[in-house]
Amino acid sequence: MLSRVADNLYWMSRYLERAEYTARAVGVHFSLMLEREEGPEAGRWTRLLTALGSKEPPTDDPFGALEAFALTQMVDSIDGARENARQVREQIGSEVWEELNRLFHESKRLGAPAAFRAQPFDLISAVNTGAHLFHGIIDSTMLHGEGWQFIQAGRFIERVQHTVRLLDRHFSDFPPDTSEAMNASEHMEWVGLLRSCTAFEAYCKVYTADVSPGRIAEFLLLNAEFPHAVRFGADSLARSLEAVHQVAAGRKADRLGKLAGRLTAALSFTPIEEIMGNLHEFTVTIRRLCGQIHDGIYQASIAYPIDTALGS
Amino acid sequence: MSTPASGDNFSRFDDYWLDSAYDEMFEGAGAPRPHYRALHQLLAEVPAAEMRRRKQAADVTFLNQGITFTVYGREEGTERIFPHDLLPRIITSAEWETIERGLAQRITALNLFLKDIYGEGKCLAAGVVPRHIVYSCKHFRRQMREFSVPRDIYITVVGSDLIRMPDGRFVVLEDNLRVPSGVSYMLTSRQVMKRVFPELFRTAGVRPIDHYSQALLATLRALAPEGRPDPNIVLLTPGVFNSAYFEHAFLARQMGIELVEGRDLAVHDNIVYMRTTAGLRRVDVIYRRVDDDFIDPLAFRSDSTLGAAGLFNAYRSGNVTLANALGTGVADDKALYAYVPAIIRYFLGEDPVLDNVETYLCGDPAQRDHVLGRLDQYVVKAVGESGGYGMLIGPNSTAAEREEFRQRIQADPRNYIAQPTIQLSRAPCFFEGSVEPRHVDLRPYALFGDPITIVPGGLTRVALRKGSLVVNSSQGGGSKDTWVLH
Repeated sequence: MLSRVADNLYWMSRYLERAEYTARAVGVHFSLMLEREEGPEAGRWTRLLTALGSKEPPTDDPFGALEAFALTQMVDSIDGARENARQVREQIGSEVWEELNRLFHESKRLGAPAAFRAQPFDLISAVNTGAHLFHGIIDSTMLHGEGWQFIQAGRFIERVQHTVRLLDRHFSDFPPDTSEAMNASEHMEWVGLLRSCTAFEAYCKVYTADVSPGRIAEFLLLNAEFPHAVRFGADSLARSLEAVHQVAAGRKADRLGKLAGRLTAALSFTPIEEIMGNLHEFTVTIRRLCGQIHDGIYQASIAYPIDTALGS
Repeated sequence: MSTPASGDNFSRFDDYWLDSAYDEMFEGAGAPRPHYRALHQLLAEVPAAEMRRRKQAADVTFLNQGITFTVYGREEGTERIFPHDLLPRIITSAEWETIERGLAQRITALNLFLKDIYGEGKCLAAGVVPRHIVYSCKHFRRQMREFSVPRDIYITVVGSDLIRMPDGRFVVLEDNLRVPSGVSYMLTSRQVMKRVFPELFRTAGVRPIDHYSQALLATLRALAPEGRPDPNIVLLTPGVFNSAYFEHAFLARQMGIELVEGRDLAVHDNIVYMRTTAGLRRVDVIYRRVDDDFIDPLAFRSDSTLGAAGLFNAYRSGNVTLANALGTGVADDKALYAYVPAIIRYFLGEDPVLDNVETYLCGDPAQRDHVLGRLDQYVVKAVGESGGYGMLIGPNSTAAEREEFRQRIQADPRNYIAQPTIQLSRAPCFFEGSVEPRHVDLRPYALFGDPITIVPGGLTRVALRKGSLVVNSSQGGGSKDTWVLH
């Protein structure tokens, strides 16, 4: 497969995942806003803003900033996904392209600033449904070969990075304190965190509706069966990379395999107690490994220097 | 001057007219030519609603398959469905035999001409073609001098434009020897037509065209450099913003070869590679759909990002083959066109099977004066332009347009030619329930290999605007399926 095509597929998928988690996170928090306990909310909006990846300095109007940032990130990400897909139309098949194209036009319409302020949930649910449809069509119509593996890799690397960032920001604002009972407002924030990862119902199945920060961290980080958990994402990422690099054997691919192995090992074999001792440090490690894996993919398959490729 | 073609109760032909232009369907009012009788009959029998339903079905198929082209200069590359007319254009086997023989003769001679001007230059020394016509052509590539291309084949893929004169003869209007496009419309519209008119196909005896992609692949494979028994063949596209991107993707898929862009290629030690996820892979033959100017920033335009640096040297070293070769544009220059009959006589010692349209070169003072005095009667064309851009159609022009062209011709006479305004032949087209005649041309596709392959068919382009003589898709033209009968 041409490197450029792999690159387009990888980014198409990353962008769509980004649009999806942004939509879900703001959707959850916009509904939380509707019923609330007394107290300042500014913290929530600033937290969400940084968790979604904004690097803007804090402002006086964090809600306005979040609204603007999330809107731009959703619309631009779908645009980015479509633009990448457009260049590999013949690779992904017409049904996938048509769905993404439809989502693009819909997001342009619903994402006009006035339309979004009046009815934010129209865009949010369009993005969520569109992303689910997209992945459903890909899984059921596309050859599960190299291209499909690059799509999976892009999707899960983006998801893992987002989830650990969200957890990190949340735990630094709400340090788990076992001595005090959780008040209603805090409870709502923790449920909001779970919902941002579509995890509330799955969490309840595993732990009952008894919400505790330690269990939430354990579920979102270490569960191997829940698709939005970090460990699930890391395992999927590692499997895709392994499949991809059966094609491109070489030293670079070996290194990539080791990086993926370290990521999955950290999530499979670290006890939750140890993670909770220094959660921030743990999330930083996960993110750093993801960054190295991203670079590794580029060095092994996409942007390798010509002379090294000739030497091997 | 219009006379109703049919006095009987075929209401569908009420708006049909005949005049001095050759009509593809009717030889006289109400009298269809023998090979059009089945279609004429069908049009009379099938109810209007059913015809409209078939038209809609065809449109939907085109839309769903994404058969589109891009129009430049409008909203940054708007994609449009290629306009398509429902009724086939039908050509008899005798007519086709002449076309086939004429095209094969013409491209054989033009190929010899290219080999000669980039090599010994015998035809220039003999005065068959004036040197200044060749050397002043902006598509002449001095970089190609003294280089023999693989198997001496310069023009692998040819799409010449033919028109039919009022007396029924086919003549060549222009040659396209660089990167002719449109073949994907020929292939896809045939697929659509089989679903629209299955009953006609069963009885008419239409010759198949599906083997085009295979023939193209075989022709390209035969051009592989020595010692590359299993050559890696790729199609080089300028990218997704090019007007013919659909066609590039279509042909690559049909042939099962990689569709690459310039940035996918890398040249090292005069060998071309493509960058794949499994490492670099050597490229042997490039079917390039990128113009000469943009193919290698080191050899041609340095601001081009569509090609690959070093590609030209790899080509000259014989490590990769480009099809078509570079520098072929000199042979489809509209000023050189006037000399093609002489070229055929010089290189083959035969008379041309297909004639040219009478052409005046504005570079010649006597011919220029003749044209400038009669601008309202002539079609003036810029020699290096294509796609219907840079043209003046005298009889349909305003005084201001003629004045503008007069100044342009005087400023750069070599750049313009003039031809009499020809009434292209007309073929029936289907419009909302009625059938009306529109002007058409014909672009058959030839593959220069061993042997020369000309698939029986081609792209019939049609000027859908009433009275228009311009058939280019960028100027409101559409296409028709072209049937060559057994």
